[in-house]
Amino acid sequence: MADTSLPEVPVKDPSRLQLALQSDFFYQFKRSPVAVVSFVVVSILILSAIFAPLIAPHDPFDPSSLNLMNGFSAPMTPNAFTGETFWLGTDDQGRDVFSTILYGMRISLFVGAAAVAFAMVLGITLGLLAGYVGGWTETIIMRVADVQLTFPAILVAMLIFGIAKGVTPVEYRDQMAIWVLIIAIGLSDWVQFARVVRGATLVEKNKEYVQAARLIGRTSPAIMLRHILPNVLSPVLVIATISLALAIIAEATLSFLGVGAPPTQPSLGTLIRIGQGFLFSGEWWILLFPAVTLLTLALGVNLLGDWLRDALNPRLR
Amino acid sequence: MTKPILSIRDLTVEIPTRHGILRPVDGVSYDITAGEILGVVGESGAGKSMAGNAVIGLLSPPAHISKGEIHVNGRRVDQLQGDAMRKLRGKEIGMVFQDPLTSLNPLLRIGDQLTETMLAHLDISRAEADKRAVAALEEVGIPGAAERVGSYPHEFSGGMRQRVVIALALCAEPSLIIADEPTTALDVSVQAQIIALLKRLCRDRGTAVMLITHDMGVIAEAADRVAVMYAGKLAELGPVRDVLTAPLHPYTDGLMGSTPLASRGKARLHQIPGAMPRLDALPPGCAFSPRCPKVQAVCRQDPGPHIEDGAGRAACFFPLSREEVA
Amino acid sequence: MALVSVRHLTRIFDVSKPWLNRVIERKPKALLTAVSDVSFEIEEKTVYALVGESGSGKSTIGKMLVGLLSPSTGAVEIRGVDLTRETDAQKVDDVRADIQMIFQDPFASLNPRWRVRDIIVEPVAARGGETTGMAEKLLEQVGLSARDAGKFPHEFSGGQRQRICIARALASEPKLIVCDEPTSALDVSVQAQVLNLMSDLKDEFGLTYLFISHDLTVVQHMADRIGVLYLGRLVEEADPDALFDDPKHPYTQMLLAAAPQLGAFGRDVPPPTGEIPDPINPPPGCAYNPRCPLATDLCRTTRPELRAVRGARVACHFAE
Repeated sequence: MADTSLPEVPVKDPSRLQLALQSDFFYQFKRSPVAVVSFVVVSILILSAIFAPLIAPHDPFDPSSLNLMNGFSAPMTPNAFTGETFWLGTDDQGRDVFSTILYGMRISLFVGAAAVAFAMVLGITLGLLAGYVGGWTETIIMRVADVQLTFPAILVAMLIFGIAKGVTPVEYRDQMAIWVLIIAIGLSDWVQFARVVRGATLVEKNKEYVQAARLIGRTSPAIMLRHILPNVLSPVLVIATISLALAIIAEATLSFLGVGAPPTQPSLGTLIRIGQGFLFSGEWWILLFPAVTLLTLALGVNLLGDWLRDALNPRLR
Repeated sequence: MTKPILSIRDLTVEIPTRHGILRPVDGVSYDITAGEILGVVGESGAGKSMAGNAVIGLLSPPAHISKGEIHVNGRRVDQLQGDAMRKLRGKEIGMVFQDPLTSLNPLLRIGDQLTETMLAHLDISRAEADKRAVAALEEVGIPGAAERVGSYPHEFSGGMRQRVVIALALCAEPSLIIADEPTTALDVSVQAQIIALLKRLCRDRGTAVMLITHDMGVIAEAADRVAVMYAGKLAELGPVRDVLTAPLHPYTDGLMGSTPLASRGKARLHQIPGAMPRLDALPPGCAFSPRCPKVQAVCRQDPGPHIEDGAGRAACFFPLSREEVA
Repeated sequence: MALVSVRHLTRIFDVSKPWLNRVIERKPKALLTAVSDVSFEIEEKTVYALVGESGSGKSTIGKMLVGLLSPSTGAVEIRGVDLTRETDAQKVDDVRADIQMIFQDPFASLNPRWRVRDIIVEPVAARGGETTGMAEKLLEQVGLSARDAGKFPHEFSGGQRQRICIARALASEPKLIVCDEPTSALDVSVQAQVLNLMSDLKDEFGLTYLFISHDLTVVQHMADRIGVLYLGRLVEEADPDALFDDPKHPYTQMLLAAAPQLGAFGRDVPPPTGEIPDPINPPPGCAYNPRCPLATDLCRTTRPELRAVRGARVACHFAE
């Protein structure tokens, strides 16, 4: 009504991106310093992990580029033998700590994201089924979820990891370790997705738009995927973000305990495990910098998730 | 004229938003005297509930009173804060909302809720309060009141719950009741019971009532005077019979015309073109001007005459004459 | 032949607690009879209205008609096809395509994540039909602008959303539209617009409506034939004039007297007594007997059959 003065030209529908930029959600984001700062920090960390081969001064996985003489260089101090300087120092084998952190973060983030994605797909599928189909399907899925919830997630992950390790041949173990890690963490994490999706599905499936779709003969899978799924994703997004932080920490914990990423593919957790051996001999940097990176990453993602939860909660608006 | 129980003068409520300041209530003035039922009617978003919430100090931030005065029993109350406001709410103003469950504490027996309210606001003993609680439930027509004081809210049906809420609103003997859509959630037969109950109690006790509703039929049966609101402003204010049978504001006339009536049979309903403007897109001048059949140039610039009790009935430059009202 | 024929329709819901709770608490199964032995017919191109208070089963009947619920016993026949017993899937599908529904809550009946265009054409798209330009045309038919097709539901008011719902209902060119309280969430002036629109569309497309409402004045305005429901039973069925001028069932009389009236300034009539009984344990005999001024022992033991009384059908032992 306000645009009656405009000439009648075919108007292109605003794209979803345009709508997103005009939305209250984006407006709230701009006004929250915590959200903006954590978003920037997390983005920098993620981007530098993705582009690690371009940024890192050394390739820690290339033995030919390593010089044992560079071992135990302190940060920002020229090495006594070679005269080379490393920003964050080197470890016992002369690997540049900065580079190992970048590559370690890659593995940590990859494992975390893949584990959350796996948990999300599993949780959403089972949650949708439980909520929409109901009956025995629901009972079985949710009781399994309840049982799993009584065990600490890290214990479940270790159990799965142990079983997987037992059944894979020795020569594939290191290659498989990352994938086993992803499945172990993912399987320990799907329950909360399933619970939230089931709850939201129970609400949505009684809404009249779902009845409207049913009465025109849409099949149940079509209704679940095209109608219900898009409407239950907001809470999933919140959990996924917070889960990412937890998954990264879970991976670090497993790796720290020596059941996670192998030393040939060190994640942040592996680096911390290696570093703690040198803490009392004075080489503090080998432990400190990976630990601080892990902390920053987990905290940033968590704060972002926290803010998302508040922003997407209609009751707080 | 007797002194009014509630007197609202030029009340304006503002909500600051990122798109600018919204005024859900804009310069509203009306009085309610003892024993009188004022019906406040309007469509959703007209500001009728917001005005009621402003009186009881229940505006949810960032909404706030930006202008105007509210007097209850001659005392100015719009600036009261915290405890003073809470005292006023229980003692001098009783409230009845659409959903009775929101007004009752689900964990307390209704008898305890009644006695607690009375002990907080009246200077009586515990035993006296217990006695009065049973009497209050009897008065609102709850069968077996002496036994039911020990029941919890969920043990009552919807209509009975609303009766309990009314008993609760009246037990501290307030001089004003604000009833916000008290019967909207109820069935027709129960609605008739609740309306009859409200009318009887207020007549007997001389309580002033602000009856907020969208239902013209309820207004016609219950109210003495009616205030018609449109887009935050008062459109028409006057005795219910005059306003409903011979409306002066074109909006009231349109509203009456669009109500299906037994006498009209199956004839096409009169329809007001368009819709009520959103608060962030109010037209300049009279808010009704884009939909008004009698609109003139001045209506698009000037919001129309201010009305209050004893000064004008319709906020319109060109009120309908008797002949125009079909 | 009538377009819709509803025969001895009954729907019972199992509202028991889960099996384990029942065993532990030693409680029997709880069954709620939402609709009990209801029969009526809807002629083509007419408006049949079902009125009743909450728990009267009016929405349940509507859902059984469109196939969202299946009857416990009894049958719904549309154009002679019994939807629950017909085995020819093609026939059932054809009939289903002729039925659409408009819901009460305009805020819940549109998927908030879909554009209006996709919402409106879904009934056709679901059957693989051609939909180019259809949403735009339908939007203009229901009084909105073709440009609204690209918007999302949250950009519209309640009345506009209900128009979008009507457009969606029209998309598959149905014969019968079940309207479940289509205007009870709307303001009076918007309600008038929507009711007028529905009347216009009915004439234009030759539609048949089953109009479900609790609002007697709206029903009187819209209906050609009215059925009054109480506790899942059809207690009276008559033409609007007959029903409003000469209600024969005591419940109908009470309902008419209780409805707020615009002309009844300061009316002081004794309000009706009692409330709707618990549908899980309905009173024996006539369901209205605990509130009925005429009730006798007969009413407390024997359920009255619907019988013809002066052009109406009434389920009361004493109506004449």
